[in-house]
Amino acid sequence: MHILMFGWEFPPINSGGLGVACHGIVEGLIHNGQHVHLVLPKVTDEMQQFDSNVFQLLDANKSGGSVDTTKIPSTLYSPYTNLDSYVQFIKKIGKESANDLYGSNLIDEVHRYAIKGAEYAKTYHHDIIHSHDWLTAEAGIQASKISDKPHIMHVHATEFDRSGDNPNQQVYDMEKRGMENADRVIAVSEYTKKMLIKYYGLPEHKIDVVHNAVKPSVSTYQKKHDISRSDQIVLFLGRMTMQKGPDYFLKMAKKVLEHKKKVKFIMAGNGDMMEQVIKMAVDLGIERNVLFSGFLKGDKVGQAYANADLYVMPSVSEPFGIAPLEAIKHGAPVLISKQSGVSEMIKNALRVDFWDVDEMANKVISVLDYPALHSTLKEHSEREVDRISWQEQAKHIITSYDKALRFA
Amino acid sequence: MKNKKTICFYFQVHQPYRLSKCNVFEIGNKDKYFEGPENYENKKIFEKVAHKCYLPTNKLMLELLNKHPEFRISYSLSGVFLEQCLEYGKIGKEVLKSFKAIFKTGQAEILSETYYHSLAWLYSKEEFAQQIRKHDELIYKLFKKKPQIFRNTELIYNNEIAEFIREMGFKGILAEGWDYYLDWRSPNLVHTPHKVNLHSEDRKIAKEYAIKKTHPKEFALLLKNYKLSDDIAFRFSNKNWSEWPLNTNKYVSWLNETDGDTINLFMDYETFGEHQWEDTGIFEFIKHLPETALKMDIGFKTPSETIKAYDTAGDVNVPYLMSWADMERDLSAWCSNQLQESALKRVFDIEHELKSNPEKIDEDTLSTWRKLQTSDHFYYMSTKYWSDGDVHAYFSPYESPYDAFITYMNTLNDFEEKVASKMENADLSKACLAVEELRVRLKELGGGYRSTIRT
Repeated sequence: MHILMFGWEFPPINSGGLGVACHGIVEGLIHNGQHVHLVLPKVTDEMQQFDSNVFQLLDANKSGGSVDTTKIPSTLYSPYTNLDSYVQFIKKIGKESANDLYGSNLIDEVHRYAIKGAEYAKTYHHDIIHSHDWLTAEAGIQASKISDKPHIMHVHATEFDRSGDNPNQQVYDMEKRGMENADRVIAVSEYTKKMLIKYYGLPEHKIDVVHNAVKPSVSTYQKKHDISRSDQIVLFLGRMTMQKGPDYFLKMAKKVLEHKKKVKFIMAGNGDMMEQVIKMAVDLGIERNVLFSGFLKGDKVGQAYANADLYVMPSVSEPFGIAPLEAIKHGAPVLISKQSGVSEMIKNALRVDFWDVDEMANKVISVLDYPALHSTLKEHSEREVDRISWQEQAKHIITSYDKALRFA
Repeated sequence: MKNKKTICFYFQVHQPYRLSKCNVFEIGNKDKYFEGPENYENKKIFEKVAHKCYLPTNKLMLELLNKHPEFRISYSLSGVFLEQCLEYGKIGKEVLKSFKAIFKTGQAEILSETYYHSLAWLYSKEEFAQQIRKHDELIYKLFKKKPQIFRNTELIYNNEIAEFIREMGFKGILAEGWDYYLDWRSPNLVHTPHKVNLHSEDRKIAKEYAIKKTHPKEFALLLKNYKLSDDIAFRFSNKNWSEWPLNTNKYVSWLNETDGDTINLFMDYETFGEHQWEDTGIFEFIKHLPETALKMDIGFKTPSETIKAYDTAGDVNVPYLMSWADMERDLSAWCSNQLQESALKRVFDIEHELKSNPEKIDEDTLSTWRKLQTSDHFYYMSTKYWSDGDVHAYFSPYESPYDAFITYMNTLNDFEEKVASKMENADLSKACLAVEELRVRLKELGGGYRSTIRT
């Protein structure tokens, strides 16, 4: 099967989860004998990591044409959106390339991408169209109009996960339009599927759940005690945003420290809540036991996981959440919020409602106090994660393609 | 003359005291351990099972026993099950009464087991023997019966257990008829356990807690016919089973084709109405079983009658521990992961302290400790079915084996604190008494002295 895929970012140039997941999906599809034509806003040589006979990278700007834009609703053309995280991303990937790679107004850019990228539907043979999130859904819609091939929209996160009770209306509209126009929708979890039904009014039968995976890797990090030889370490690693629940992590830390003194809580990551979180640690009077490491890159991430006695993901809303899988690979047992997709997938993890700070503290203390709990969780979760692969998950994606083709 | 073939029914009746959720912040002031976790309160479960299984099944069994004087069955009732009967008011009384009526017929035998459905054999022979005696006393108190046949928790068995039980004066023991040990032998004959020597300390314990001073001449081993038992207990309602639906005629024809003296059908009593719901036809199936079997000239015997009626076919050697659970028939459901091992070790570690201070540790404390030994607590910590997501093989009132472990360990911690404070209090009051005595004596010695001892 030939798949025309619309991606937004791809390693090595990616800001986070979406690029990594897209890479895994491509790899899994190719492993299962599929051909992928991946359209991106910007293509670099380093992105070509697979056999070029089965994997083609297409630069949206070089499609040589543009689709008829009158079909796109005009309400989507607002130049006045300001999405902080997007601006940060632009800064991160380098100022010199910001203008020609991703424009500084995200919504404008999303449309320019759709208009240019969809043009490839005319020139490349394909059986199916696969888009990712609201960022590329419009391209999928336009491409499907050109070629009349089924469009599958893959939802990795919704605006409700990112912004909680204050969703950006434009983004929401584009998400909804994408889902309604798609022939099928892939959700990264049952948790996300429920949100699509509840907030987007999507019929259940249109949604397939395909969990994410992680790439196989063997951790080479050993537990070191750089921070403290005598204290146990509980780790938070993620963006400091409302969605990731850093404030619940601190409330839990406070509870734990009332019970047990020799524990250090490490908070790794940056984000718009950073200042608030630091202030909160001081207000709670636990700043001596809470360490902020800032944003970690590359090797440091693995090292942080390997050093932790427990990794905690207290997310308020997490469509999937790949970090616990990474933590497990590096030998850290995990405590994850029930409001996450990954908690459906990993059985050998401790689970808790993000708001249930008492229970979170209870479980943290139990892991620190009962060595058998720590070792059993670690051992069993490692074995479990070893069985998860993109090769397997891609098969479920192909099943979803087949359904779309059958009912198209 | 060829013996008429007989069926030996044995039903296990047990309900654990599931632990109420306990978090670390409750350690030191946890009040009630044994209400059960939220949505799985022990009283509610007991009531549910009573209505679905105990009451209707007992009613049916009583009718069958009355209708067919040849019909026989046997039970073991765990001490914790009987305590729940006594604890839960009207419904408990009703269940108990219905069992009493069954035993009153004289056609039903009651077997011995460890009072707390405990894994004590693995950790303490003394505790094991004491629980058997405690169970014995309760059975006598409630039913005026003295069990002569023993079945261990989850049919855990090996040569050594058999020898210990023989030494205690029992006439026989039950075990799984597992091919691995039986080899070419048939489970449908009465066997004797392979004789082994007990450690002299263990023999001493067995003798000390013996139910009789003399041993019966022969000690017999009854082996479960797991295929025919599981046809009822596990496969009965399985629509993917090639023999589904199973009716009485078909089943009795299988019994008829089976060679041997006795067909030992051992199963959980909850099979009737709880594991196999009423709408599967399980009650109808049992209702017609006695008359259909009797028509085919297949009789019924209790375990004691079975042992008496048939010669033994030789000995069976079971050197390693075996149970009736899972495909492996081993102990991995209760003690294979580190959670289970550390919890078991910890609970049995305090035995010595509890028992060597009888003046400080009251009967209630001892019984709380023993309730923490019930095998179900450790089963809930099992991870062997967990990762595979095989929910059918694993039932637990806790969210995960890890949650079960956390609650168990926190409860045990609380218990240990309570024990420690009892010991201290006892020491303190003992010291106070001694001081008081001294004061009195000083006074007697001469009223002129002023006591310098303050308390």
